[in-house]
Amino acid sequence: MKDKIAEKLLLFIALSAILSLLLITFFIFQQGIPLIFKAGLGNFFALKWAPTRGGFGILSMIVGSLMVTIGALAVGIPFGLAGAIFLAEFSSKTIQKTLKPIIELLAGIPSVVYGFIGIVILVPFIRETFGGPGFSVLAASVILGIMILPTIVSISYDALLAVPNTYREGSYALGATKWQTIVMVLLHAARSGIVAGIILGMGRAIGETMAVIMIAGNALKIPGSILDSVRTLTSTIALELGYAAGDHRAALFACGSILFLIIIVLNIIAIRITSRK
Amino acid sequence: MKINTTNLNLYYHKFQALKNVNMDVKRNLVTGIIGPSGCGKSTLLRVFNRMNELIEGVRTTGSVLIDNEDIHSPMYDVILLRKRVGMVFQRPNAFPLSIFDNIAYGPRVWNISDRKTLTEIVERSLAAVDLLDVLKDRLHDSALSLSAEKQQRLCIARLLAVEPEILLMDEPCSALDPIATGKIEELMLELKKRYTIVIVTHNMQQAARIADEVGFMLLGELVEFDTAKTVFTNPKDKRTADYISGRFG
Repeated sequence: MKDKIAEKLLLFIALSAILSLLLITFFIFQQGIPLIFKAGLGNFFALKWAPTRGGFGILSMIVGSLMVTIGALAVGIPFGLAGAIFLAEFSSKTIQKTLKPIIELLAGIPSVVYGFIGIVILVPFIRETFGGPGFSVLAASVILGIMILPTIVSISYDALLAVPNTYREGSYALGATKWQTIVMVLLHAARSGIVAGIILGMGRAIGETMAVIMIAGNALKIPGSILDSVRTLTSTIALELGYAAGDHRAALFACGSILFLIIIVLNIIAIRITSRK
Repeated sequence: MKINTTNLNLYYHKFQALKNVNMDVKRNLVTGIIGPSGCGKSTLLRVFNRMNELIEGVRTTGSVLIDNEDIHSPMYDVILLRKRVGMVFQRPNAFPLSIFDNIAYGPRVWNISDRKTLTEIVERSLAAVDLLDVLKDRLHDSALSLSAEKQQRLCIARLLAVEPEILLMDEPCSALDPIATGKIEELMLELKKRYTIVIVTHNMQQAARIADEVGFMLLGELVEFDTAKTVFTNPKDKRTADYISGRFG
């Protein structure tokens, strides 16, 4: 009897989680999609963003989001992969057990703290070293790159550990060095896990808001170089939703819909890749 | 004499896995090592290409000579040793790469990158294991799409591509069915014309079919080492006789 009640209760909780996800999805699209059609696709994927005066172009924000995401990957992939390779192949069990939780702890630092570190250290550094305002694509990329490290490191590390030892032995037995074995066999064997880690990190980078608002400068234009300021889709929503009304508000929901679609697609790709054998 | 061991002892931490092993492996013969599981036969095989060093806490004493050179001497290049002494494992361990890349792996490790040379090596190696005709049109398919027997042949071809002198085979047929086993055994008899082969097997019939000389191991000790004929028909040690007649093992 008690089991039955517990079962029903858990089922209800599980269903309500799914239900709230469905409701959120429905709400975002219901609020945002009509505006896209009202403004017209040509007007929506355009440069002019003046939502109180009929300009609903979000192209510069899409470009901004993509630029900081690609920048984050350019920082996160080499460091993340190097970290995973070091942990999985070059370090002792003790080091692995100490370092991996520490790296995963990076994921637990609130993004406002990353943004704060960016403002205090990175932005002035970029301004003084490379010129420009400092609040830039570069600053956002570096900070986001660090923020996605735990995702890339831990998923790639697990993928490398899952590579059967017989591959390592087979490679060493042919006279390969450790490095040759890693580059020529292990990375191939762990490829699906590594790619999934990168895609999940990418999802995180594209959805990050607080840290980006604080250090990207938020200028509404397509940046000419990585030292220019940039504004992302997420920043726009967070900065403007507080005072938006009417079509302006709907346009922000439309931004949200686009983000939502991008992230869903990324997750589907990640799931596809990891479940493929 | 290709390989010679004198008073070879091997320890995993405190556990002694090999006890005073003295044996000679002769050139261009198939030397079989038999014995019950856990007797140290795979460990002995892995001494010859120093694969045991990948395991923590392994220590060896005594000498192992290949072509009269001490392979444990600090001057000896372990990478070069593994090129000369190739190994086939219990389960086929073809890499998750294409058939071509699997075989070209060893040559690439040894810095051959010219496409034409690689293609020649791949074709020659596949031909040596009788796979060329079957696979020549699908060299760029994944090696993992092959049957277990073909994968094991591929692993042998992968070894031959680096032109080793000695082939170590660690129960190479244990994952194969009897027909595939027969084919691999035929291949070994063919290969011994050009290579020195040491094979570990728990299958006595297999050792009787293909080995010229046989060593029987028990609890880390090489109990008896002689021609296959003597070991199987007229063993000198009672333990060998008991094992061969199926009294244990």
